[in-house]
Parts: sequence; C-alpha cells; structure tokens
Amino acid sequence: MNFSEVFKQSNQLCKVSPDGKYLATCVQYRLVVRDVSTLQIMHLYTCLDQISHMEWSSDSLFILCAMYKRGLVQVWSLEQPDWHCKIDEGSIGLVSSRWSPDGRHILNTTEFHLRITVWSLCTKAVSYIKYPKACQKGIDFSRDGSYMALAERRDCKDFVSIFVCDDWHLLRHFETETQDLAGLEWSPNGCVLAVWDSCLEYKVLLYSLDGRLLSTYSAYEWSLGVKSVSWSPSSQFLAIGSYDEKVRIINHITWKKIAQFEHPATVESTKTVYKEVERRPAVAHSSTPRVNVLTNFVSLINSLLLPHLDEICSLPVQIPVVKPDPDRANPKIGVSVLAFSSDNHYLATKNDNMASAVWVWNMQKMSLEAVLEQTSAVRCFQWDPRHPRLALCTGNTKLYLWSPGGCVAVQVPTEGGFQVHSLNWHCSDNSLILLGKEQLCLCYMETDEEDK
Amino acid sequence: MGEWWTTEASMENCEISSISHVTMSPSRQNNFVSSYLFPLAKSSYSVISAFCTEDNVLQCISYINQELASLGLCSTYIEATSPEGTGLNAVPALNAIYELLQIHRRTMSTVEALEKEQLKKSSTMELMQTSNTRLKDQLELSIREKSGLHEMERQLQLKIKTLQSCLKTEKDEVQKLQSIIASRASQYSHDAKRKEREAAKLKERLSQLLVDRKDKKLAIDVLNCLGRSDGKRGHWKTAKATASHEGEMYKSLLSDYEASQKSLMLENAELKKVLQQMKKEMIHILSPCSSSGRGATADDSQEQHHDSDGEEKMGDTSRETLDQSCEHAREQLTNSIRQQWRKLRNHVEKLDSQVSQVQNQLESNKEMIPLETHEDEMERMRCEVQQCKEFIHAQQQLLQQQLNTSFDDETAALLNDCYTLEEKERLKEEWKLFEEQKRNFERERKNFTEAAIRLGREKKAFEEDRASWLKNQFLNMTPFTDRRRCSSSDGHSALSVRSEPEIRMSSVKAQLAKSSTYTTFSTPRSSQSGAVPSTPELYRTLRLIPESSSSRHSNRGLWQECSTIEDGDNQVKAKHRGRCSDLSIFSMGEDENSLS
Repeated sequence: MNFSEVFKQSNQLCKVSPDGKYLATCVQYRLVVRDVSTLQIMHLYTCLDQISHMEWSSDSLFILCAMYKRGLVQVWSLEQPDWHCKIDEGSIGLVSSRWSPDGRHILNTTEFHLRITVWSLCTKAVSYIKYPKACQKGIDFSRDGSYMALAERRDCKDFVSIFVCDDWHLLRHFETETQDLAGLEWSPNGCVLAVWDSCLEYKVLLYSLDGRLLSTYSAYEWSLGVKSVSWSPSSQFLAIGSYDEKVRIINHITWKKIAQFEHPATVESTKTVYKEVERRPAVAHSSTPRVNVLTNFVSLINSLLLPHLDEICSLPVQIPVVKPDPDRANPKIGVSVLAFSSDNHYLATKNDNMASAVWVWNMQKMSLEAVLEQTSAVRCFQWDPRHPRLALCTGNTKLYLWSPGGCVAVQVPTEGGFQVHSLNWHCSDNSLILLGKEQLCLCYMETDEEDK
Repeated sequence: MGEWWTTEASMENCEISSISHVTMSPSRQNNFVSSYLFPLAKSSYSVISAFCTEDNVLQCISYINQELASLGLCSTYIEATSPEGTGLNAVPALNAIYELLQIHRRTMSTVEALEKEQLKKSSTMELMQTSNTRLKDQLELSIREKSGLHEMERQLQLKIKTLQSCLKTEKDEVQKLQSIIASRASQYSHDAKRKEREAAKLKERLSQLLVDRKDKKLAIDVLNCLGRSDGKRGHWKTAKATASHEGEMYKSLLSDYEASQKSLMLENAELKKVLQQMKKEMIHILSPCSSSGRGATADDSQEQHHDSDGEEKMGDTSRETLDQSCEHAREQLTNSIRQQWRKLRNHVEKLDSQVSQVQNQLESNKEMIPLETHEDEMERMRCEVQQCKEFIHAQQQLLQQQLNTSFDDETAALLNDCYTLEEKERLKEEWKLFEEQKRNFERERKNFTEAAIRLGREKKAFEEDRASWLKNQFLNMTPFTDRRRCSSSDGHSALSVRSEPEIRMSSVKAQLAKSSTYTTFSTPRSSQSGAVPSTPELYRTLRLIPESSSSRHSNRGLWQECSTIEDGDNQVKAKHRGRCSDLSIFSMGEDENSLS
C-alpha cells in the first residue's frame, strides 16, 4: 500500500473526473486539476470567490464551480483553458447547482427553492422549473441520464415530475400519496422510482416510469419512519433503513419484505466481529515512512503497521450504544447510511446510536457477515467500485479496510498527523482519495498484477 | 345407668299393673277390693303382706280365681281343701303359680326387649341430637359464610362500580385527549397548509417581483456556445418530439419488462427442471420401494405398478407438453407432483408405522430378544473358552516336552502338573538346604550341650568350692548363732545346694539367666540329665526365641499361605513348607523331633 504526498484542499472539494484521468481540487478560490497518474498539475483556474461546490461534467470535459454566497457559477473547460462561462443567478440567490447528465446544462436551485433554473451551455437558453420541493433528496437523474425525477409541492400536495433530460420535456406529472415527501430515487435500471415520506410516517412508494403506482410499503405506524433508502446495483433489492434500528429489504418482483436486518447492541450471531483496540505503539511511527525521492510516493511496508490494530472478538460482543435525546428533533438513532457493494453481495449499514460500528450484511445468505467496531465514531465508508472491499474512516489518522478475507487498519504515514475525515474510491484505478480537514492524499492499493 | 333403667322399668311396671287394676275394677263390684286397691297401688308390699289372713282365705281364693280367670287361666282353679279355708289344694295352686310365673317371665323378657329397644332408640336419638346440633352449627357457619360472601360481593360490586366509573372517566379523558389530538392535528395541518400557502404566495410574489424587476444580473456569460454532447444539433419542441419521447419511454419500459420476463422465464424453467428431476427421482425411489413393500399382497403391488406406470407416462406427457402450453403443463406437473408427494408421504408414514410396530414388538418381546443375543454371546464366549483351552493345552504340551527333555523320566512322571512341578522343584531345593542347615544346627547344638555340660560341671565344682569356702569362713569367724541367722540369706543357697541340688540349681539358673546369657550354659537339666534337651527349650534358654508365641504365629501364617497352593499329601509338603522361611527353621524343631 502506497501513499502519495499530501496536497492542500478546502471545503473537502476534491473529485476525480468520471473517466478517472484527472483529479480536481479546490483550494480557496482556485481550482487545481492534476493528472491522477503523475499528480502533476495540468490546469489551474481561478474563480471569483471561494468555491463552495465543484462538480465534473459527465464527459469529464468541464468543471462546474459554484459560489453560493455570491450566487455565481463558473464553468471551466479542460480542452480549452481559455474558454470560460459564468452564470449569475442574481439577487435571488443560489443554494444548489449541478450538471445535467448530458454535461451541457446546469441546474441551479434558487434560494427558498423558488425555482430551478436550467441553463443550456449550447444555446444559452434558460428555462425554469417552478415549485421544486425543498427536501432530503428532491431531484434525481436516472442512471443512464435520460430522465430526471423532481419532487414538487403545489397546493400542499406532493407531486413528482419526470423530465426527459434531452430537451427538458415534461414526460409525466403525478401526485404522490405522501404526506410530506422526503426523497426519491431511481432504480439503477431506470424503470422504478422509489419515493418515501418524511420521517413522521413509514411509507415507501414505488412508481413506474410512466407514473403508475407499483406498490406501497409500510412496515409500521405511529413511530418515526424511514431514515435512508438505497437500491442495490442490480435493482433487485431496495434497502430501507429506519428509525427503529432495522433495515428492511424489499424485492423487486412482489415489492414485499424479504429480509429484516436488526442492529442489536449485543451481537450474537455473525461470522466475525472486528474490534479496534487502542494500543500505544512502542516505536514511534515517524521512523517508518520512507520518502521515495524518485516517485514522490511515501511507501510503506504493510507488515509493519497492519496487524496490530484490529482484533477479532469472540461472541457475544457488546457494542456501545448512545441513548438519543428524545426531546431533540432528528434523534441520533436508526439506520442512516446504507451502501451496497458493487457486486450486490454485501450491504454496509450504520446505526446512528451505535456510531462506532459498521455492519456488513451478506445479501446472499441474508445474514450478518461482520461487524466492525471502531474506537471512535465512523465518519464515512464507501465500497470499492470494483471489488467487495469497504473503506472507512473515523476521523483519526488511520484508514480501515474490510474485505471478506479480513480487516486491516493502516496508519496514514504523513507528518503532522493526517486525519481522515472522508474518503472516495477512484472509479477504476484501485486507489483511494483520503480527505483530511484541509489536506488530501491518495492511497494506492497493491493490485494483483503488482503482486505478481 | 343400668340401675336407673331398671328402676324406671319397675315404675312403668307399677303403672301398667295399676292400669290393669283400674280396668279391672269396674268389672268387680267388690267394695273391699276397691277399698284396698289404693293402698295396693301406693305400697304394694305392705298390702301384699296383709292380703291374706286366716279370716279371708276363701275370699282370697275366690278373688285369685277371678283374677286368674280374668288372666285367661281358667283351667286351674284353686280350691280350698277345707271349707274354713285353712288348707289349699296344692296342685291347682301350684299350677296357677307356675302359670303366673310363666307369664311373669314372659312379661319380664318382653320388658327386657323393650328396654333394649328403648336403649337403642335413645342412643340413636342421642346420635340424632348430636348430628342435629352439628348440622345446626354447620348451618350457622354456612349462614355466616354466606353473609360474609354477600358482604364481599357487595364490596366487590362497589369496587366494580367505582372502577367502572373510573374507566368511564378515563375513557372520557382518552376521548377528550384524542379529540384534542385530532383537533390539534387538524389545526396543525391547517396551519401548516395555511403557512405553506402563504409561503407559496410569497414565493409567487417574489418570482413575480424578480420577473418585473428584470434582474439585470441574471445572466449567462459564455465565451462561445458548446456543441451538444452527442454531437447533434438542438431541435425544436414539437408534437413529434413529444410523441417520440413517449415512445422512447415505453420502449425502455418494455425492454425492462422484457428483460425481467426473460429472467423470470429462465428462473421458471430452472425451477421446472428441478421439479421434473425431483419428480423423476421420486418416482424412481417410490416404485421399487412400494413394489417391495407391498410385495406380500399381489393385488396391491399390481395396482401400484399400474399406478406408477401411469404416473411415469403422465410425467413424460407433462414434460412433452411443458413447452407446448404453459398452463396445461403446469397443472399436470403440479398434479403429478402432488400425487407423488402424497405417495411419498404415505410411504414415509407407513415406514414410520412399521418402525413403531417393530419397536412395539421389541418392547413386547423384551425377553426373547435378549435371550437370542444372550445365546449368541454365550456361543461366542464358548468358542473363546474353547480357543483358550486349546491354547493352554498346547502350552502344556510344549512345557511337557521341554520337561521331558530336561528332566529324567522319573521326576517327569511324578510331576505331571507343570505348575506343581516347578513348585516342587523349588521346594526340593529348599528342602535340601534345610536339611543341610538342620545338620549344621544339630552339630552346633551338640557343641552347645557339651559346652553346657562342661560348664555345669565347672559350676558345680565352683559351688562346692564356694560352699566349702563359706563353711570354712563361717566356722572360722563366728561361733554365735545370731550371726549365723543374719547371714542366712547369703548362705541359704549354699546350704540348700548341699541338701537339694536340683531345686537349688534351677533357682540359681533363673537368677543367672537374668544377669548374663553365658551363665545359662550351666542349665540344670543338661547338668542333671545326661540326655540331650529338646531344641526349643534349649533355644528358649539361649534366648534365641524370646517370644515363642509370635514366632509360631508367623509360622502359621506362612503355612496358610502355602496351603492355598497345594492340596495333596499334606504331611510331606508341610515339611517342605516349613522350610520355606528362615524363621520357621527354629520352631520346626518340634516337628522334626516328632518326625524323628
């Protein structure tokens, strides 16, 4: 496992282009584009203000930089560094900006969710979509980029509009049977739209592309309901995490529950529980990083650091539980994060009142595969887009990796203590981008070819 | 009690008699009788004593006759022998008396029976009374209980009432709360809607304002327009375009459905395949089982075969038709599967019942089966024993052969048994050793005795010397009798030595034996009798056997130990055995002596 040197970044804005060739990072009001393989700076753009949002276009040719405070969006071209584009939303303000899937339109949501402005870079044309709903996830594009679903609110009723992204033609517009729609998400095959109600009511609705209601699912009543929803990459399963600390798996044929994953405080039946144990290393780590002058990579010998951090516990294991404050809104309880592995075999979940544990479920056996108990609260976890491998971080200087074969913890070998707050897998390169508070570094996994 | 009852009875008797008198009195118009009827009733004894006087014998007779007649004893008529009435004709009088006595006895017996009955009745009455009181008590108790229960019921009812009222109030409260909640909810939703509408209005207004103001800033500044990502040119929104969008949407939907249908079909086909295979296997499993299982009854088995054949045919046809028509095939398939399953279930049930039957049999024939196994076991063990015997025999033979070669024929013939042979051999050796030892001891004893004799002689000489010396001294020193008496203790032995040598010797020997062992050589017996003393005596005197009993005991123990090994010719072997141990050597002297 190798680590790159550390670069600066701000606002945790650091993204790899969809084609995996470039790495864009924002440092204050500057946008830096590097080559991923060499980490050499290719382009440097200067924006008008501190960048608050940055996004690659789908064809990896343009980068959008939004400055919400100023209501400004600037677009940069990789092919033509001289080309520039500036969109000013004016006095109405800007809260969100995103690319359309074709990479030629920019959708800006104005303050108060008054409207969504669609700017075309091809024709300079501007169109408005009124009444967008301010909610958890009110807009979603289908995976193939042809349709956009938008939650709307008119006359105290929820509606969903489906647009054809090609020319922003309104394909369908229908009312949903929700009290207060909280989010919507396309299935990966783009044929089913999952819509869920706000946390006050457990209700998940499934709509076909043509607006027909396929099914309604409700597990219980009179209690806080859905907290998170996620489709499996194969569109076979819909995982629903709720405030009752359970995940329910719904199948795509009958739209009925086929499994229920509970998150008990005492783990009794699983294959393994990995518990992180805090141990003061005898030898200071300052001696271990070796800087390779030729490649500018900090390389590390795995055996020096890997084995001593996690240990396998014998069952049953007690997982620390934090009791949420019942008087506060959005209590810290329930399953808030759900993530399927790319091969559909595993589901990783996090229960908010057991913030230090990540649960990995086997979707073939519909059983608990492993529990990763960390010493501190898990900040972020993400599946490798190509392998069943989970990377997670807890805001300390270590990177944790889980795979069906085992679990490892790696100290990020940088001086001054690089605290990993967030991480992102590179789409194909077998590497990870680790984001600290104002830094970033790349972590390169050893591929099989290298091993050979 | 008894006395009391009798007195009562007598009183009753009196009453009865009085009644009879009363009833009788009107029939007789005799003043006299009636005049003394009262005193009779009052004090009968005094009256009776004055009943008959010499003056009124005849009247008495007539009266008694009347009475007797009234009692129905007409046959006996008392007559006076003389007209004066001084004498009575004895026979009728006696008869009358006898009759009266009979009557009296009868009445007495009846009275007794009545008394008994009375007693019984009274006892039953008492019983009844006690039971009555008991029942009364019970009644009272139950009444009390009842009242208590009534009270409790009343209380409970009261409680229920209060609880009901409580429930009612609670229900009311719940209803109230629910209504409050509902009203709040409606109010909230109403408010929310109102607020939302207001917000929407405000938003509208804001957007309107924005439009009206013609926000100058709202602008896009692009260096040059970009081409579309797909390279096509943009086109106008037309009806055709919308139609194409619709078409595309439906196309994508259709393709998705097709894909899902395809996958479902594949899955279905796979499942069908599995079903078919299962069915085939079931048929395969069932047909031989059923035929063998019901082989006993020919009809059944034939039927079964027919059935299974039919099934197989059906299965084949269903397999064929599977591709033709889905529904038909499915129906057939499920039917046949169901049938097969039923058959399988029946079969399994039958097996279960068989197993249970077998178990029952086992339980019922619990003795039979163990006997069989027992026999088997016995047979096996017998075989084993036989084998062992053979083995032993072979070993014996081998040993015998060895013995025949190593020993001479004589000993071999003598010692058939290999074990006793060995033992005897050992004993023989020991016997030899013992004999040698014996001889040695004999020699030693002779030496000892000779030495003892010598010593005895020497002692005797010494004593004589001493005695003479003492005498001389005595005679020389003190001519007085006093002195002589004082030193008598010293001189006693000296004097006695001369007079009774035997006794003196023994006493001296005892004294000497205590002081030193060497002096014991001058044993009086050895000195006295020239013959050889018995060995144990010698040894005892020599203190070689301090406690004879313990040594003998150990010897006996050894004897017992040895006796377990051997049975025959005890006498000879006893000797052998005795010689086994060193300890016994000393005590064996006696045996030896007896033998010799």
